[in-house]
Amino acid sequence: MYLATTGRRDAPPPSATGGPGRRVPATVLALGTVSLVTDVSSEMVTAVLPLYLVVGLGLSPLQFGFLDGLFNGAAAVVRLLGGHAADRGGRHKRVAGLGYALSACSRLGLLLAGGATGQIAAALAVDRVGKGIRTAPRDALITLSSPPHLLGRSFGVHRAMDTTGALLGPLAAFALLWVTADAYDAVFVVSFCTGLLGVLLLVLYVPPQEAAAKPSTRRANNPFGALRSAAFRRILCAAALLGAATVGDSFVYLLLQRGLAIPVGWFPLLPLGSAAAYLLLAIPAGRLADRVGRRLPFLYGHVALLGVYGLLLVPAEGPALALVLPVLILLGVFYAATDGVLMALAAPTLPDGGRAGGLALLQTGQALTRLLGTAGFGAAWTVWGPSRALWVAAAALIVSLAGGWALLPGSSAPDPERSTA
Amino acid sequence: MNPRTQLAVLVTTILLLAGGSLGYVLHSTHRKPQLAAGDGSFTLEGPGLYFRDTATGRIAHQPLGTPRGARAGGGPACERFYAAGDTAVCLRREPGVPPRAYAIVLDRHLREVRRVAVPGIPNRARVSASGRMLSWTVFAVGDSYATSAFSTRTAILDLRSGYLIKSMEEIPLTLAGARYHAPDVNYWGVTFARDDNLFYATVSTKGHTYLVRGNMADWSATALRENAECPSLSPDNTRIAFKKKVSDDTAAPWRLYVLDLATMREHPLAERGSVDDQAAWLDDRTVAYALPGRAGRASDTWAVPADGSGAPRLLAEGASSPVSLG
Repeated sequence: MYLATTGRRDAPPPSATGGPGRRVPATVLALGTVSLVTDVSSEMVTAVLPLYLVVGLGLSPLQFGFLDGLFNGAAAVVRLLGGHAADRGGRHKRVAGLGYALSACSRLGLLLAGGATGQIAAALAVDRVGKGIRTAPRDALITLSSPPHLLGRSFGVHRAMDTTGALLGPLAAFALLWVTADAYDAVFVVSFCTGLLGVLLLVLYVPPQEAAAKPSTRRANNPFGALRSAAFRRILCAAALLGAATVGDSFVYLLLQRGLAIPVGWFPLLPLGSAAAYLLLAIPAGRLADRVGRRLPFLYGHVALLGVYGLLLVPAEGPALALVLPVLILLGVFYAATDGVLMALAAPTLPDGGRAGGLALLQTGQALTRLLGTAGFGAAWTVWGPSRALWVAAAALIVSLAGGWALLPGSSAPDPERSTA
Repeated sequence: MNPRTQLAVLVTTILLLAGGSLGYVLHSTHRKPQLAAGDGSFTLEGPGLYFRDTATGRIAHQPLGTPRGARAGGGPACERFYAAGDTAVCLRREPGVPPRAYAIVLDRHLREVRRVAVPGIPNRARVSASGRMLSWTVFAVGDSYATSAFSTRTAILDLRSGYLIKSMEEIPLTLAGARYHAPDVNYWGVTFARDDNLFYATVSTKGHTYLVRGNMADWSATALRENAECPSLSPDNTRIAFKKKVSDDTAAPWRLYVLDLATMREHPLAERGSVDDQAAWLDDRTVAYALPGRAGRASDTWAVPADGSGAPRLLAEGASSPVSLG
């Protein structure tokens, strides 16, 4: 499986090639390949870990849930630290590489831990730390190596490659379990080797950014330095506000499954459906964002989410597929138009030397309010039932959209203010 | 590094990593023979203790009261197993892309009677004393991708009518005297009474677990008390063995208790370890349960007197899913 994926690195995605001078930068393609390979590696483990812990080791789901929750909380803090460390002296590549290497080595930890809960917990923690610290430096590298007017497309290409890896990973893992008759250690070994390949690709093909970062005189010297930019503050507020009106994918899938009585065997396929839509739409959405400005795709992406809520409120009649497909596609539109586009929107407002820290702040802020939004929706569901909770969520999203429209700077021209040449 | 050296390093490393992976995978495929069905000579005819042999993953048999180790293997491969009357239920995962899991209904000769696809990781299985009512619980792993948390699906199958309830989540539940609705309601660990109508189970909602009594005829459930998981009704139907959460320490949260249904009084059993299992009554005086095994074994099966006296004794090494058949 992974030979096939590494074969992809020579062929850029077909829609990424534009006219002369409009090609996606080689560094972005290299980073996309690193992410693709790394996501195959990490999603392999994510897909089989619950099975391994509960069936293979007899760990109780209570223990597993506890471990998982603990590390997700810690990841937010680590991300801020990773961003800050990357900005100091422009060490983006080194910090990102450390993150990728930590995650790869955590597979070895899982392999060697055998059944010891403490060591498994430690391996999972190392993986999350790696994931936390690499995200912001990697996104900063994308912004620093891409001309500002092509940022949307660069992020689109990167996210499409990343999602490809996320789709291939579970397939690879279950195929391995199939041929080896449930040898989880084989999954860990292959994941480790794939992860190492990702690190090697980063080392060989992603140029360091010291040269680009050093000329900046406005180097941020604290993790919250990005907040000095008024434009960035507005973007952060808009992202946080809209994040709080997001109910979380798991609830969307649960509502779909309950409303339509989808056969349980199909249930795990729902997230794959929206991931496929995201994969196909990420590049077009990024290109569109470069052409019309990033503000509108970001806001209309949330309108697509509003469409998801609306469809879920429609009484279920007729064939299930008639509702499932539009919901999954709209969810894919939502991610395609908001995830990378938000980074492309924020990056030009940040100084070169404060990119990683600023993007980390933005990602963490959005993740935290999304967590609040999801928790709030769960509470509303408990008190009022699913239908009224959805109405409330839709109303909150409309209010947040109005706020977002007011907060984000209205210039429709692609951000002209800086060049990273 | 010039491009040619880069490529050489990359290709060499890919070959090394691919070779290593392939070698390990090939080594793994030869390690485990895959046997699913029983070998034909193994049946549930003889009295004694039946259980899952954790070394082979297959059901094995051992006469009750004999020294441990005198066991006969060769049953079907199951992750969770239970039997009563003329019926056995075997929860089995079958690898593939994606992997599938089944609840397989077997007769006393372990011939397959019915097979139901289940949506997750096998967890609990029970058969009523008459062999008519079956129930099983699996952990569903697709409900919340974002958090990789688990929720449970519990099914009930009436073998006489053939009627299958794939998920009992919609059963009208009365909690603290009022009809209760919540999206996070989860049931697990059903145990049936001798009349094939009453049953007990665990329900969890908002971080609390309750013991519920259910009724098949009018399809309703009532919460009886808090903090009693994985109930198991005694053969005389007067007591329930259950696991009670006694500590917030995630390494050792539970302890085995017995509840007297006439007085609703409970007492702890002599087992002091944390038991994460639905206990099985060997007779009216003894319960058996699995604990994490010693010396590298995945699990061992122990027995302890149901009245709280005595001490736990090791029934079978490397064994889980115990059930005693007369």
